[in-house]
Amino acid sequence: MKLFVCVKHVPDSAAHIAIIDHIRIDENISFLLNPYDEHALTEAVRIREMNPGSEVIAVCLGKADAEKTLRSAMAMGADRGILIKTDKRHDSIETALALKTAIEQDGSPALIFTGKESIDDQGMQTLFRLGALFDFPAATNVVRLDIVSGKAVTDTEFSGGVVSTYEMSLPCVIGAGKRLNTPKYPTVRDVMRSRKSPIQAFEFSDLNMETPKARMEVIELIPYIQKRQPKEITGSPSEIAQKIVEILKNEAKVL
Amino acid sequence: MTKHVGVIPELDGRGLKEADMGMITLARQKDTHLFALVLDGSDETLKEKLSSYGVSTLVDIRLAGDLQHNPEVRAKAVIGAVKKFGISAVFGLSTARGKDLLPRIAALLESPLVMDCFNVDLEANIAETSRYSGKTLAKIKVTGPVPIFGIRPNAKEPVREPVSAKIIQFDAGAIASTQLRVVKTGETGKGSKISLAEAEIIISGGRGMKNGENFTQLFQCAEKLNAAVGASRVAVDSGWVPYALQVGQTGEKVSPKVYIACGISGSIQHFAGMKTSGMVIAINLDTAAPIMSNCDYYAVADALEVVPELTKLLEKSACVT
Ligand SMILES: Cc1cc2nc3c(=O)[nH]c(=O)nc-3n(C[C@H](O)[C@H](O)[C@H](O)COP(=O)(O)OP(=O)(O)OC[C@H]3O[C@@H](n4cnc5c(N)ncnc54)[C@H](O)[C@@H]3O)c2cc1C
Repeated sequence: MKLFVCVKHVPDSAAHIAIIDHIRIDENISFLLNPYDEHALTEAVRIREMNPGSEVIAVCLGKADAEKTLRSAMAMGADRGILIKTDKRHDSIETALALKTAIEQDGSPALIFTGKESIDDQGMQTLFRLGALFDFPAATNVVRLDIVSGKAVTDTEFSGGVVSTYEMSLPCVIGAGKRLNTPKYPTVRDVMRSRKSPIQAFEFSDLNMETPKARMEVIELIPYIQKRQPKEITGSPSEIAQKIVEILKNEAKVL
Repeated sequence: MTKHVGVIPELDGRGLKEADMGMITLARQKDTHLFALVLDGSDETLKEKLSSYGVSTLVDIRLAGDLQHNPEVRAKAVIGAVKKFGISAVFGLSTARGKDLLPRIAALLESPLVMDCFNVDLEANIAETSRYSGKTLAKIKVTGPVPIFGIRPNAKEPVREPVSAKIIQFDAGAIASTQLRVVKTGETGKGSKISLAEAEIIISGGRGMKNGENFTQLFQCAEKLNAAVGASRVAVDSGWVPYALQVGQTGEKVSPKVYIACGISGSIQHFAGMKTSGMVIAINLDTAAPIMSNCDYYAVADALEVVPELTKLLEKSACVT
């Protein structure tokens, strides 16, 4: 069984984002494996352990430096990696097409895992586009996965604690949510081993893809500036509570 | 030329939600004819409500009963209506349900999609959303057939604009979804009743709440405020409240009118989920906590003392009115 996990190389959430020319960011910051993809990987490894002879393959579309993210994926248990190298930032439409083409070149997937979203672009759609391109069913924010008699049974979590259970035919696409599992952080031995795991790297242009008709293009990035001017509320706890009620009533007008 | 624009309201038990009205207000632009694509049954009351926000045509999409909750079937039914009524752009909500529906539609139509939009310019086909954990705003130009926009709840204040409206029944036809089947939908019983993403007021707790029991204070206060309860990752990871309540970069992204942070330091990752709130009120013992310099009001105080007082006051004022 080939279990593919699509991973993304994203800026560290704590990094300072500097905008250049109003359109791109200074990429001279630390990048790492997208947090949701850690859950995707952990789940793929779990499924592999239950199905001897299976293989977990991490696939990444990113700059050459994204090899680091693939190494992290392998330290977390992926057997090998595929890196589609590019210097451009591709939208979800092109990304899904590239991932699909690369996966297909490698073999037939039994399952494809992704994170439910990436923390940089927050597009929330690549997994569904992959599903549509392969004509596989897909589920997002998956918090439970069981493979039962040749089907994937998943729980998708909605707000307010509502959960829907879906049953999907295989192969399918699983968009991992945070509650799916608890990723184990790699040991030194895992990291050492991952250095030797194979990565197949090639250029985006080697995929010979047609440019999709639809596009989403960032035309401007603007720093999010906070305009808040903090004012202090003073007094005893009950006086503070009283002032908060007044603010909610008279200023915010929500009471 | 008049553009046919589809809006997908997300109905709850009580009908149209505040967030729907804001989303419809945003979709109503120059030379647009609004079609509401309704998947969960329509009636005159809903028509009245929708038309008061500028919807001229309510498309009552009929689905076979047992397929009504199937997201694949819903996506295909919307696509059927889009084609039938010549709709050239679709608006929905970037809620948990929306995240399971809008990308399915976009994927099948091979359309551009921008989720979590604050603003959309239909003439220029530009959507505004956030990127890099909320640290930047991004303007995204979309090209291609039937762009789809998932609007962040509460991003736009609803503004009425009554028009006359009609209801058209639309039979989505036989859509067999063989690949995905909904086994069941249920509550886990966890989480607050009001959806975090749509609440007008959120009262959130962090490490400063000290334990799960103290969160009861927040739930009691929230009930009086008609607010939802949120939490920082520390509160979630400590097992005090379920993950569904987490606000932040790896939790829910919220834009309530008021966000009350109790014992939350205001990390970058927490801000990523709530920085677009209307008003931020922080209650924290530490004047140096980042949230204290990035809020509208702050009190240097023990949240465990202020919150019960707040609840008491709200109880009293409820009795008076
Ligand atoms: C990849 C990644 C993703 C993350 N995603 C998220 C996310 O989605 N959401 C999130 O919240 N965090 C997230 N974090 C974690 C984040 O970095 C912080 O650790 C977290 O937000 C801190 O939570 P806190 O404010 O409750 O705790 P702390 O930072 O410990 O702050 C507690 C505050 O409470 C105050 N306090 C203590 N006692 C009281 C009292 N009695 N009354 C009043 N104030 C009191 C203290 O002065 C302090 O300011 C993420 C981190 C990473 C690396």
